[in-house]
Amino acid sequence: MTDAVHRLENGGRIDRTQRLSFHFDGETMHGHPGDTLASALLANGVRLVGRSFKYHRPRGLMAAGGEEPNGLVRLRQGGRAEPNVRATEIILYDGLVAESQNRWPSLNFDLGAVNDRLSPLFPAGFYYKTFMWPASLWPTYEAVIRRMAGLGKAAESADPDRYEKQYAHCDVLVVGAGPAGLAAAHWAGRTGARVILADEGAELGGALLGNGQRIDGRPGMNWAAGIGAELARAENVRLLPRTIVAGYYDHNALTLLERVADHLLQPDQGQPRQRLWQVRAKQVVLATGALERPLVLANNDRPGVMGAGAVQTYINRYGVRPGRRAVLFTNNDSAYPAAMDLAKAGVAVAAVVELRAQAPLRYLPELEQLGIELLVDRAVLSVTGRKSVTGVQIGKLNEAGDGVVAGLERRIDCDLLCLSGGWTPSLHLLSQSGAGLQWDAAQGCFLPGPGRAAASQAVRVAGAANGDFGLQDCLTLGAEAGNAAANDAGHRRRGRGPRKPAADDAAAPLPPRPIWSIPGPGRNGGNNSGSNGGKAFVDFQSDVTAADLRLAAREGYRSIEHVKRYTTTGMGTDQGRTSNINALGIVAQALDVPVPQVGHTTFRPPFSPVTFGALAGGQVGPLLDPVRRTPMHGWHLAAGAVFEPVGQWQRPYYYPKAGEDMAAAVDRESLAARTSVGLMDATTLGKIDIQGPDAAEFLNRIYTNGWKGLAVGGCRYGLMLGEDGMIFDDGVTARLGQGHFHMTTTTGNAGHVLDWLESWLQTEWPELVVYCTSVTEQWAVAALCGPNARRLLAELCPDLDLSPAAFPYMTWQTAALPGVAGGLEARIFRIGFTGELSFEINVPAGHGPTLWQALMAAGEKYAITPFGTEAMHVLRAEVGFIIVGQETDGTTTPEDLGLGRMVSGKKDFLGKRSLSRSDSMRQDRPALVGLLTDDPGLRVPEGAQLIAGTNPAPPQRGQGHVTSSYHSPNLGRTFALAMLEGGHGRHGEAIHIAYDGRAVPATVTAPRFLDPVLEAPERAK
Amino acid sequence: MLLISCPWCGDRSEEEFSCGGEAHIVRPVTPQDMDDQAWGDYVFMRRNEKGVHFERWRHGNGCGRWFNVARSTVTHEILAIYQVGDDRPEVPE
Amino acid sequence: MANYSIFALGRNALQRHRHWPRVWRSPKPRPSYDAIIVGGGGHGLATAYYLAKQHGMDNIAVLEKGWIGGGNTGRNTTIVRSNYLNPESAAIYDHALNLWQGLSQELNFNVMFSPRGVINLAHDHHEARELRRRIYANQLAGVDAEWVTPTQLRALCPILNLDPGMRYPILGGTLQRRGGVARHDAVAWGYARAADRLGVDIIQNCEVTGMTINDGRVEGVQTSQGEILAPRVGVVAAGHSSVLAAMAGLRLPLESHPLQALVSEPVKPIMPTVVMSNKVHAYMSQSDKGELVIGAGIDGYNSYAQRGSLPVIEETIRAIVELFPITSRLKMMRQWAGIVDVCPDASPIISATPVEGLFFNCGWGTGGFKATPGSGHLFAHTLAKGEAHPINAPFALERFYSGALVAEHGAAAVAH
Repeated sequence: MTDAVHRLENGGRIDRTQRLSFHFDGETMHGHPGDTLASALLANGVRLVGRSFKYHRPRGLMAAGGEEPNGLVRLRQGGRAEPNVRATEIILYDGLVAESQNRWPSLNFDLGAVNDRLSPLFPAGFYYKTFMWPASLWPTYEAVIRRMAGLGKAAESADPDRYEKQYAHCDVLVVGAGPAGLAAAHWAGRTGARVILADEGAELGGALLGNGQRIDGRPGMNWAAGIGAELARAENVRLLPRTIVAGYYDHNALTLLERVADHLLQPDQGQPRQRLWQVRAKQVVLATGALERPLVLANNDRPGVMGAGAVQTYINRYGVRPGRRAVLFTNNDSAYPAAMDLAKAGVAVAAVVELRAQAPLRYLPELEQLGIELLVDRAVLSVTGRKSVTGVQIGKLNEAGDGVVAGLERRIDCDLLCLSGGWTPSLHLLSQSGAGLQWDAAQGCFLPGPGRAAASQAVRVAGAANGDFGLQDCLTLGAEAGNAAANDAGHRRRGRGPRKPAADDAAAPLPPRPIWSIPGPGRNGGNNSGSNGGKAFVDFQSDVTAADLRLAAREGYRSIEHVKRYTTTGMGTDQGRTSNINALGIVAQALDVPVPQVGHTTFRPPFSPVTFGALAGGQVGPLLDPVRRTPMHGWHLAAGAVFEPVGQWQRPYYYPKAGEDMAAAVDRESLAARTSVGLMDATTLGKIDIQGPDAAEFLNRIYTNGWKGLAVGGCRYGLMLGEDGMIFDDGVTARLGQGHFHMTTTTGNAGHVLDWLESWLQTEWPELVVYCTSVTEQWAVAALCGPNARRLLAELCPDLDLSPAAFPYMTWQTAALPGVAGGLEARIFRIGFTGELSFEINVPAGHGPTLWQALMAAGEKYAITPFGTEAMHVLRAEVGFIIVGQETDGTTTPEDLGLGRMVSGKKDFLGKRSLSRSDSMRQDRPALVGLLTDDPGLRVPEGAQLIAGTNPAPPQRGQGHVTSSYHSPNLGRTFALAMLEGGHGRHGEAIHIAYDGRAVPATVTAPRFLDPVLEAPERAK
Repeated sequence: MLLISCPWCGDRSEEEFSCGGEAHIVRPVTPQDMDDQAWGDYVFMRRNEKGVHFERWRHGNGCGRWFNVARSTVTHEILAIYQVGDDRPEVPE
Repeated sequence: MANYSIFALGRNALQRHRHWPRVWRSPKPRPSYDAIIVGGGGHGLATAYYLAKQHGMDNIAVLEKGWIGGGNTGRNTTIVRSNYLNPESAAIYDHALNLWQGLSQELNFNVMFSPRGVINLAHDHHEARELRRRIYANQLAGVDAEWVTPTQLRALCPILNLDPGMRYPILGGTLQRRGGVARHDAVAWGYARAADRLGVDIIQNCEVTGMTINDGRVEGVQTSQGEILAPRVGVVAAGHSSVLAAMAGLRLPLESHPLQALVSEPVKPIMPTVVMSNKVHAYMSQSDKGELVIGAGIDGYNSYAQRGSLPVIEETIRAIVELFPITSRLKMMRQWAGIVDVCPDASPIISATPVEGLFFNCGWGTGGFKATPGSGHLFAHTLAKGEAHPINAPFALERFYSGALVAEHGAAAVAH
């Protein structure tokens, strides 16, 4: 079995004994366990992996980790397809299918590449300057722009996988399992503190897995494995590999995305694809490392241009030879070990091009031994080749670094250019925490700044993220940070700590020479505007060049936020991880100000993109919102009810019989309730039990009317206002005892009303001794209504005198129902919302179905008819009873509804003072009226507008609107309720109802079409 | 995500609570004696402090109790938690 | 001064883009102006532009404490519509919408106003009734509005979940075809460039720290760049309005809250229109760059921190995945918050104050971006004449004392 052409024979953390096959753009290739898609592609000699966002330039892999800007692919297919996945983060599995993006018809031949030729017309922000004439054509231009933009394609269908959330608390959360993070977790763990260690990689070790550094005389990756094994055994430590810490929120809350099954073809049975962790940590140690920056030079985006550190990782971790003949270009020390690793891997190293005037002496003997040419005080000026690097042009820069010294140019052929432009500490999470950053001119990067936003963000930074780039510093300071974090979380180590690890190479690196943009060859090279020397990319993913940044600065976009937004630099899926500092440097140079004066853009969560599915978690589909069902739901279902959602409740809307449409069913139900007997499930009404010696006084303050005089056994209708004087809820409240009330509220508002009561009781009137308890779900309620209601009920409770004299309207009684569940005790309220003789029978919730069935059985002889919410709405509207939220809309006073008599003049109550403001006293306020259309068969839509004339043409000011509109079988016609300006005085007036360009004639009436049956003598059928 | 220490239940995540806005707004005893200006000020006008904000919170998905919190609206740092009816505590700006 | 056009672009391409003029100057503040606008967001810059253009006031300055357009102008979800319930509201937002329609040409800066339609979904009968009321009210006011059925919705937005079995099935919705989105940054920049060309001084990094008020009259402001005098001061500072009001000894009926938003990674076009749902609380459009732009809710507590909490985002994403199932495997790329000044009636305040010469334009809450041109136009009138334009007369502070609120919270469904 021969391996892929660029696979090294030995080395790396891959399992050469197993072969995994995968498909990229339809071509089948092979890799090994331990590979990423990126390393497997490189091993197979694939250089071209994508097309760039704007210019469709051919692009190859540049990095080996999450900072990869180019290698974005669409992974998997159908409902599992995921666009914009970094090939460097895809763990290879057998059967993997991926395709390249943003190209048509193919990656190799992409018609969009014409943009690269036309690029002089497309500088940064070009779209702000054109496409304005003619105005009518913008949608056309826009459609083309939209098709050209965007990266990958979304999935074609719904996601078959599921997601989970997990919440956790810990003493110390360590982010990053490189040398500093491992040392921190190790030392923190030894104190007994609860530690979580999270790392985006599948294996612990971070940079040690790729850079070949040694600790305690053995490979660093072995040291990492040893510590990892110890941590895995420790009961107080939780290891979370394949987990990205994405967000740092207030009060030390962090979110972590664990890729549970992304390394599998599909999740195992019952396994979530990803898990979103929300961790509340007492202390946080950020050991997030640093990212290597590319250098900005002409055509630095050609496939075969890679980071020096990335190249090391491909060699040492994945056993991949990333090229055949390499040139390294560096402004700092870290390219030297890379050069040696390349040479040892059998890559011809043509030269190390050192931008500084002095190379680090300690590497020179080995360099010489390997026969690698060192060019000091030189720069790579440009790259040749299109779909792959073919060579580089080298020259000498002047002292300022902004020009080329003539006559010293030289060309070297190569197929690999490794760039090392210095290191950028990953401080995204620290910045998210609210902490400040501080520019370090010597290192050419931002470091953690003094002070932090809030003491509750208890965070430390260790290792390269803190600017400590030497391995020994990472180990020592990492251990100290871990120990200190555990101490601050209240845990102290007993006895001695772990042995302190020693890096074999303890030398600290020399400072880099920060030159933000390498001038190109030729006269105008420095601007790299495209026609001379090629584009010099800063943000590879967003296709932003040094010339774009300079253009923005020249045009007057001086704040870095303006530059960012104008050029889009740093706004790609990598949030500018490799580009931000270079961009800042170039802008500072263009504006001729120090870098800190340009400022830095704000880092916003997440550090790495987080799947929507994971953010949604399990609370999707039927679990989006809890469904509330009454105890009688099963009966309704069996009876074929159609349901409507009311708040979270499912309520029967109507019960169609075979062949009936909604109108017919509602007519039948409405008629039955007025002619014989109907039964409605009223369980969903909010119910609040109110107890205490001051309960009546409390209700007096809450409701507009008086409550002290209500006798025990009585019920009263009440209106609640906000302090703004507007109706906010209504309902009937019964007095159960001297200091005991049973309040009902509207279905949708029950929670708000309880909150409202509690807020006044606890914060404003603590002197009142009153206790409120929600009992909505304690009671099942069957509302029996109609002329036969009394007769029917009498059969169920033979011992109760139901005569109007003994059980008048607006009273309640307790009664036993001997035939129901062996003598069920019920609270029966002689109240009703339909204006018909009604009894609302309350029983403990569990007995609801039994009661309901008993009523249905006993009612058979009266053809008892269950009715839904729509018939209930018709019935209540016939008698002019309002629905809060339908007749009212938050701008309605009691007087507007003609309920001014319910407003007590004697006492104060919430909102009373607002009723005497000038606008509340206006005579032409909208007021509740009835409407009868001239055409008795015409049912106007709810919401239709009332107009003065007969012409519905705009623009005109309406005079009100229809709030309720129904057909009534009891009236034999349609009718409506409406809010009409000055309506109380306009009964009998002709008016027009306007909707959809029509104007329908109607007559204004009192808002009552039938008189409610209150005292309800026996009515003849 | 705020971590709020309910005086009765201890540290809980903000999702269990609801904020009731500015604290220490006392409802007038005799609203009918107020002019529209004073009543409007009571109902609508707020300090909306940038810095330390004294506000009411309710542990709605918990014990249901209201309490007061002094919190920075700039850093979200919670500086004090105290009982309804208590005076504003002294807190560092 | 050069105009922007395709020809200018071609000409400059030949000159390697070396000769584009500056978009705006960076002047030092003069000791005094005829008027000062505090706040260099879209509304403030638009105010300055219309003051100079329509009222001939060119000795004016815009003071911005950070960088222009850096507040809510650069943080919103760019939705433009005018289908508000109350005639007063519909008038003010439709005034803005009419200005949006020619804004790129007016400013010679492509603000990419894209009238791709705005849909508000109804998930239950109550919502459907409220939305229909809004449609009929809009029709009467002359604001385009129509009801769309689930079948029409499938054509308008194919990725919408119209499964009648979903938790809150979609019963239909409203469509305003003239609504859409615009490029938010471009609005600030376009107004700034146009105002600058008319002589307006736009002064960035200039924070107002106090107000100079004598005998109940405003005389100027103190700033981080010194005192600047002006007999008229217009404050357009959104989330920071209360802070500036306090400098003048005033209180406003505002609370500042973080309003959160997020974008996905860029993908090829899947979302041809704007969809908003109040019931499950989410709204989404797709930017020209390909990102799904998603609006979330406000955090329930006062804040000036421009950082939001996760629960609000989780709730919104649940709704998004429910409404648009194919988005489940897309990823949130950035989340952020803007500080919005929420008014009790969810309507703005464009008003004189008890301090003579001091005017406020605030309280736009979660929905200010769409109003930018209209707000600036009306505030300019108010500042120049010293009294409200008829369109903004109902939006005076006085309404909180008279009770004549313009209630848009309940009935207007989504307030964004």
